[in-house]
Amino acid sequence: MRYLPHTEEDISTMLKVVGVDSLEELFSTIPEDYRKRGPLNLPDPLTEWELDLHMASLADSMAAMPEYRVFVGAGSYEHFIPSSVSSLLGRSEFVTSYTPYQPEISQGTLQGIFEFQTLICRLLGMEVANASMYDGASALAEALLMAVRITKKRKVALSVLIHPHYREVVKTYLKPTGCGVVELGYLENGKTDFSALDGMSELAAIAVQSPNFFGCIEDLATVHERALDHKAMFVTSFTEAIAYGLVKSPGSCGADIVCGEGQSLGIPQSLGGPSLGIFATKMEQVRSMPGRLVGKTVDKTGERGFVLTLGTREQHIRREKATSNICTNQGLCALGAAMYMASLGKNGIRELARLNYDKAEYLKGQLRKAGFRIRFDSPTFNEFAVEPPGSFEPAYNKLLEEKIVAGLPLAPYFPELTNHYLMCVTETKTKEDIDTLVGRITS
Amino acid sequence: MSGTLGTTGLQLNEPLLWEKGGKGRCGFSIPRRDVDLFPIEEGLVGAVPDFPELSEVDVVRHYTRLSQWNYGVDSGMYPLGSCTMKYNPKIGEKYANLAGFAGAHPLIDPRLAYGALKLMYDLERFLAEITGMDATSLQPAAGAQGELTGIMLIHAYLEGKGIQRSKIIVPDTAHGTNPASTALCGYRPILVKSNEDGILSPEAVAGLMDEDVAGIMVTNPNTLGLFEEDIEKISEIVHAKGGQVYCDGANMNAVMGIVQMGKIGVDVMHLNLHKTFSAPHGGGGPGSGPVCVRKHLEPFLPVPRVIEKDGSYTLSYNYPQSIGRVHSFYGNFGVMIKAYSYILSMGPENLKKASELAVLNANYIKESLRGVFELPYDRPCMHECVFGDKKQRSYKISTLDIAKRLIDYGFHPPTIYFPLVVQGAIMIEPTETESKETLDEFIEACKSIAKEAEENPGLVLESPTRSKLRRLDEVMAARKPCLSD
Repeated sequence: MRYLPHTEEDISTMLKVVGVDSLEELFSTIPEDYRKRGPLNLPDPLTEWELDLHMASLADSMAAMPEYRVFVGAGSYEHFIPSSVSSLLGRSEFVTSYTPYQPEISQGTLQGIFEFQTLICRLLGMEVANASMYDGASALAEALLMAVRITKKRKVALSVLIHPHYREVVKTYLKPTGCGVVELGYLENGKTDFSALDGMSELAAIAVQSPNFFGCIEDLATVHERALDHKAMFVTSFTEAIAYGLVKSPGSCGADIVCGEGQSLGIPQSLGGPSLGIFATKMEQVRSMPGRLVGKTVDKTGERGFVLTLGTREQHIRREKATSNICTNQGLCALGAAMYMASLGKNGIRELARLNYDKAEYLKGQLRKAGFRIRFDSPTFNEFAVEPPGSFEPAYNKLLEEKIVAGLPLAPYFPELTNHYLMCVTETKTKEDIDTLVGRITS
Repeated sequence: MSGTLGTTGLQLNEPLLWEKGGKGRCGFSIPRRDVDLFPIEEGLVGAVPDFPELSEVDVVRHYTRLSQWNYGVDSGMYPLGSCTMKYNPKIGEKYANLAGFAGAHPLIDPRLAYGALKLMYDLERFLAEITGMDATSLQPAAGAQGELTGIMLIHAYLEGKGIQRSKIIVPDTAHGTNPASTALCGYRPILVKSNEDGILSPEAVAGLMDEDVAGIMVTNPNTLGLFEEDIEKISEIVHAKGGQVYCDGANMNAVMGIVQMGKIGVDVMHLNLHKTFSAPHGGGGPGSGPVCVRKHLEPFLPVPRVIEKDGSYTLSYNYPQSIGRVHSFYGNFGVMIKAYSYILSMGPENLKKASELAVLNANYIKESLRGVFELPYDRPCMHECVFGDKKQRSYKISTLDIAKRLIDYGFHPPTIYFPLVVQGAIMIEPTETESKETLDEFIEACKSIAKEAEENPGLVLESPTRSKLRRLDEVMAARKPCLSD
């Protein structure tokens, strides 16, 4: 096997040094009756060339760009990724290293993550961002746990317009802790309805998502006021980071904790993972935040350098008193996101975000003309909910055969929204793609 | 080759991203604007994020230089104990980047995601076979999330029987994630001391086990690199009082095809695909931490689960006792691809061989460095061996100094100061993919350093001198945190 370098001669020399007669004898401390008898029941090994064919056949069965035109977002967005980013991110010095415990030989990762933290702060208008969480969902769950720790209150209010999967993860995380979760409904305009908050007390956090699951941009300044009224922390999530190239940052609207999904920042969709959990807050709360942090310092000759810092929050030092159990994070995805943001720059991010907005508006207009009802009239970013005229399912299935995925049916998530679809358009869709979609729908 | 592996060479300086570039530059091919500008409410628009202005060449040089300041498994031996820094096959990267996988939308109709779902379904079964368990969830994104999921499964299982308990037994050799995961699930970790042989004694566990204990978390092999020989007896003690046995499988690389945890009393365990199954560590992640369970815990596994019917695959939420979701979608699918292709490349015999050679390599290092460093637990080890710095302390040289000096010799240092039960611990996990020649070079380097510690301690204290930077001021970093620019 090409990954195993030992020759027979090596093995026998080494066994002699160890003082045993066989490889099997190395396991003498494992009681006989614990040992596995016979080989594992697994497929026989494949050569690299056989495996190439097998993997290609699996991958070819998947619906993906460019063969398919997928007008679905809902937490995972199709964006162009420059070859420069993919190529740089493939450098094995980044890929095959681990957590930079030895800063003298990890400055590449460390400076890269420091830059990531800085770029995320600038994107979200926040003071401090960590080196990443697993994904948007666990970032939100950890944000709410952090709010519970800080406020010492044991109830959180969640907008139902936070991605349904994120809400499920929050419930999974909070259930064994006994913390309560209250859900806030939505208004006819597609934004969160805060009226259920009236008279509510003991709230650790009020959490929304913007743009929300329907793509609508929430009025974050109002959420901020509500949070102040309740002396609760203002937590805001997001699934589409590109939106903040155009719309006001959560930090500028007073958010205490911003958490979300950074997949849009140059990470392949990859069936939803690995993606990039983003977590940012204010400096006054830095010692309560979960996850790794990279800080600036100097070496013994006075050269600028970077190290992991404030480790006393973390599990390897604080054990059960840590701010989280997270250890391995999504470091390489964070580095990729930094490369992507650096490539876009301030000139690119605004135009790219604006293209997403305009292309989605174009589809919105075309669908409206085709008799679709735009379900919510609030401004949206690059996705929006529609109600087709009459039953859409037959047309939807027919489009699938033509390799067009015409949005995401909303009924499984919001049963009251039968025959409603969430449509998403990013910069990867040309006007022609959009016209084709609308043409097929109306034909 | 003459001289040591470590040497100096031309390294290029590189400023922070925003310290370079020029006004108006952009390193991105902005897609064509083929639709008009549509109006947007003035009040919604924010300031443009203050990103740097760089050309593609600027970006490429920046990250190429940064990468050259890093040490990876592809650079050399990376014997970071309990992290299993084995070689990461290049094919794994290639397969994860196949357009059909990398471009897959997670909410696509399962009929259009056959390949991915089949891969996940098969990988679940491979991992169940390797661990001797009955079912697998691939959803946890890393080992610590696997631990949390596993403890949640125990919580849900007991709750389903109307049982409320408040404690989990955790050994003193455990990774910090173990007590942190139990606490996150609302349990209080109870510390059990390992015995003079470095393993758990059934008596110690029996002394702590009562009807308020939900279970025990055992890392096996443990972080001293020792097999928990009494795991079956310990399991019986825990089960007798209604508790569950969790196995932290971080060190599974020692026992693939040799021990199936499901057959020796373990109820639930996690694996680290980025350790045992060769997916790369990515400078800190992403990982993948699947959880494998025995039959009685299966109903509680996270949803959705991949199910098969007549050769086609779909996702099912129909598990009313499930703890729910732990990931936005299905876990780190890209990492699963690498583990899956690794298992298929290796086959059953080579997986077992990998464990045997990992154990051989660790024992070879242990025997070769016997007498050079203190060996606090002198027993046959599994995939890693743990030394202490007692001998060197008399020359005022600590584990940290030894680690830093190893850098000058061209090696990534081992894990240091862990496990906590060994003073100045040096935890060496060579993995099976290091050749005898490399191990010999590493052993020689350690011997030289031990000699330097006696004869020329200044050299060791000053190290590293061949790296891009010298020792960094971590105290200043923590005292005056500067976490962004």
